[in-house]
Amino acid sequence: MPTINLNYKTVKKALGNLSDDELKKEMAMFGTDLETLDKSGITVEVFANRPDMLSEFGFVRALQAFLNIKPGLRQYNIKPSGKKVIIKPSVKEVRPYTACAIVKNLKLDDEKIEQLIQLQEKLHLTFCRNRKKGAIGIYPSDKLEYPIEFFADAPKNVKFVPLGETREMNGLQILSRHKTGREFGHMLEGNSKFPFFKDSKGEVLSMPPIINSEFTGKISSSTTEVFIECSGFDLRFLKTLLNIVICDLAELGGEIFSMELVYPDKKLITPDLTPQEMKLDEVYVEELLGEKVNIKKALGKMGHDYSKGIVKSPPYRVDILHPIDIVEEIAIGHGYDNFKPVIPNISTIAKESYVSQVKRKIVEILIGLKLDEVFTFNVTNNRVQNTMLGYEEKIVEFSNSKSGDLSGLRRSMIPGLLEVLQKNANNEYPQKIFDMGTTFTKDKDQETGVLETDTLGVLLSGKDEDFTKSKQILEYLIEILGKSFKLKQRNFTEFIEGRAAEIIIDGKVAGKIGEIHPEVLQNFKLEMPCSAFELAFLD
Amino acid sequence: MNIVDTLGEHERSVLIVLNERLSAKAIAQLTKLKEIEVTRALQWLDNKELVKLEKENSKQIMRDINGEKYVKKGLPEKVFLKAIKDGKKSPDKIPLEREELQVSIGVLKKQAAINILQPLSFEITKHGKELIDKETLEEKFLKELPKEFDSLKPEEKFAYDKLTARKQLVKIVEKKTLFAVKTEKAKKLGKIKQEKLIGRLTQAQITSGSWKKYKFKSYDVNATVPSARAGQRHVIYQAIEYIKRIWLDMGFVEMEGTLIQPSFWNFDALFTAQDHPVREIHDTFFIKDPMDARLPAKKLVEGIKRVHEDGGDTGSKGWQYKWDPKKALLNCMRTHTTSLSARTIGSLSEKDLPAKFFSVGRNFRNETIDWGHSMEFFQVEGIVIAKGVTFKHLLGYLKIYYKKLGYDKVRFRPGYFPYTEMSVEPEVFHPKKKVWMELGGAGIFRPEVVKPLLGIDVPVLAWGQGMERGILEHLKLGDLRKLYATNLTGKRQGWNKCQQ
Repeated sequence: MPTINLNYKTVKKALGNLSDDELKKEMAMFGTDLETLDKSGITVEVFANRPDMLSEFGFVRALQAFLNIKPGLRQYNIKPSGKKVIIKPSVKEVRPYTACAIVKNLKLDDEKIEQLIQLQEKLHLTFCRNRKKGAIGIYPSDKLEYPIEFFADAPKNVKFVPLGETREMNGLQILSRHKTGREFGHMLEGNSKFPFFKDSKGEVLSMPPIINSEFTGKISSSTTEVFIECSGFDLRFLKTLLNIVICDLAELGGEIFSMELVYPDKKLITPDLTPQEMKLDEVYVEELLGEKVNIKKALGKMGHDYSKGIVKSPPYRVDILHPIDIVEEIAIGHGYDNFKPVIPNISTIAKESYVSQVKRKIVEILIGLKLDEVFTFNVTNNRVQNTMLGYEEKIVEFSNSKSGDLSGLRRSMIPGLLEVLQKNANNEYPQKIFDMGTTFTKDKDQETGVLETDTLGVLLSGKDEDFTKSKQILEYLIEILGKSFKLKQRNFTEFIEGRAAEIIIDGKVAGKIGEIHPEVLQNFKLEMPCSAFELAFLD
Repeated sequence: MNIVDTLGEHERSVLIVLNERLSAKAIAQLTKLKEIEVTRALQWLDNKELVKLEKENSKQIMRDINGEKYVKKGLPEKVFLKAIKDGKKSPDKIPLEREELQVSIGVLKKQAAINILQPLSFEITKHGKELIDKETLEEKFLKELPKEFDSLKPEEKFAYDKLTARKQLVKIVEKKTLFAVKTEKAKKLGKIKQEKLIGRLTQAQITSGSWKKYKFKSYDVNATVPSARAGQRHVIYQAIEYIKRIWLDMGFVEMEGTLIQPSFWNFDALFTAQDHPVREIHDTFFIKDPMDARLPAKKLVEGIKRVHEDGGDTGSKGWQYKWDPKKALLNCMRTHTTSLSARTIGSLSEKDLPAKFFSVGRNFRNETIDWGHSMEFFQVEGIVIAKGVTFKHLLGYLKIYYKKLGYDKVRFRPGYFPYTEMSVEPEVFHPKKKVWMELGGAGIFRPEVVKPLLGIDVPVLAWGQGMERGILEHLKLGDLRKLYATNLTGKRQGWNKCQQ
């Protein structure tokens, strides 16, 4: 979840000078998670479904409605700018779409510029999925000559001074030398042509989604008019992204002007700030919420208008997919704490799962035999599972683990138990432990290609804890579970030769038993004799 | 409690003779008890503050290897004399080692006990015959060992010097000697009588009735006892049992399922768009081989595809992108037990309603373990599928659950999950820390989740609550690693909470 930083004074003033405690409570009940709030600043977590709140302007707008300071839908006017953006056919293969606008009469200062940069960065990171779905460019309009051209060319052919540099670079040099170029270069790599914006004088504005020009792509406190473009692959998405940015700028007092986008095959006017409309069935609302609430009032507090079964929502909201989303808006607007929790009268018969029941039986038996239940993990590595026990095979591995120690899934319970003993080597003996968990082996017949087996592992350690002791426990356990077993002598590398066997139940191999080999004990830095068994207890 | 009644026979014997500062050994001689019995009795008396114990280092003379041998067989010179008692003999007829033979010849010659003849043989003298049955000082000394070096009498000192001149007959061992003296408290007890008391009651005493003849020794009930060793459940599983009980009591059916899940069930069926950050490699473990799972029935896959792309017949706009079945195949470690809820709903039809399910299961995230995070963690999952259930009922179940966990004050904040609407983040008020603690997520499943799985749009109340944080709180542990660890010493930590 993204967090954003807000100015304490600005927010307090805009929200009617509530006390810190009231503000904290209201923010919580609106659904933003407060991280810090004091005179040095406010940090809040904004849910991923609300990219329109990723700046101070959008955040304050939402809270002003929620606190009934300015409820209802906010409308923004658009005037035509008469300016054009020409989209060349060459971008079709590499970055086909852009949506653009101009915002005038801005009064910027350093703090507001910082908020604007924060908005752009957070949108890139979250809503744009780290610039994969789209990228935003904001330029001082007074440095540009319209019309703007969106085109693609071989990266070697286009040169400009990227933001933060003093020398001209071509597209390839930016990818290899510039910090942002190296970070996002993979998005353009492999294309024979890179996308660029330039103005009618031929001055390059930017190379999306990587970097703006130092000359035409830098906002300062003297900037009053900006050109905004959002470029990417899905025009619908880009139009929404543009709406989020310009509606936030409009909260700064900016006036929005539309532009004509000349695509090779069509002409478009952007932005489009028509409110989203959705039909709402009041019965549906009451059925879901469990009581009748004042829908119009609740929706007003969430920044919507409601009249006669039609909800009008702001054009920057991206989270209204279904009437159910409106129902939630109503619930939040009404206040979650105003709903009285009730237990419904639904009669159902409880049932514990079969696995749980068998596990409980086994636990009761083993605890009675004075064994200690321990906790072991599914996630482990080949060294512990195989190498240290003398096996060459591989466990089921992850493709993307961050740590070599956590590279895959156990195939046996015994190594994890040996690790527990290792940590208890200096404690009193005998140590008799067990755990029940899942073991993983490849099996084509399974839905996932991996068979997951509920397995019991028992490990005994101490001067007298030999094969006999393990077999006693196994025998006792199986008898109480109402089954019978046979042992078939077989060697396993973790056990001493001649002191190990397969456990056979109903003619099928259900596990193994033996005395742990001294070499294995040494690998786990253990000094006491150990015996163990492992049993698939459901088969 | 009368302190005299707590005294056993040995303690009494010791107190009776202990009229001056005495070593344990001296007490043993006086009481005819074994030294170990005296030591033990002194320890008990010390616990009762009736004696004061002092340890002193002393030199103890002990028999060495040859000393042990000769005390059984006799000294070599005695063996020598016995061998020639009935007539002269050559050296090879005398049952002694070469070295012993030489020593014996030297000793016996000096005492004029033998004559040496040519060719080499030995003959006993009259004096020699007298010596055979006479115990020498050395022999007596050797037999009486061990002795304290500092309290040797002059003739013992003489014997000791003689023996040390010979090979490995005696040795000096540093020993701690225990001395005891009566305390004032003991003196005030007056005269102690010897009396037979029953200590540990025996089967024989019970069957014969002999217990009637004696008094029972009183025990010090406050004496420390060794810790009992028992088998115990791990505290995490104890907590799980507690939590499971809550849901079983309310009529919920337990769900089970695999830990590896196709992305289809972990994400797609839960209306989580394929470019959602949770599906990235930073967050979720994916399986290398086999990388792909099988997808469920075509009709279901098609339904899920449609709700993602345009909402299908649910009345939703969907996420408006092209759904890729390849991404749904990817095997991952389940990130939430909500995947079980999705599967469960998928297995039901209208006639199975109303229904309530729960699970307490492990989930995974691509992380390493530290004080507050782990690659494996538990989630307490629940769903209620019934026509007519509402948001207020969702809050009702959450409230009762937290009440049964011991939290009276609960609040519900709006939250966000791709698969629920209303989405709720329940928080409980920590009564000591005076802060709100977030413990999980909840909501009503979106129609985009329920309709493709169940065929009809019915409200499904759902929650997935974290478990470890609450357990850490209850056990007053600050570190997850301490919770997972098993310390096999003495008494292990247990879950002692009961429903109030």
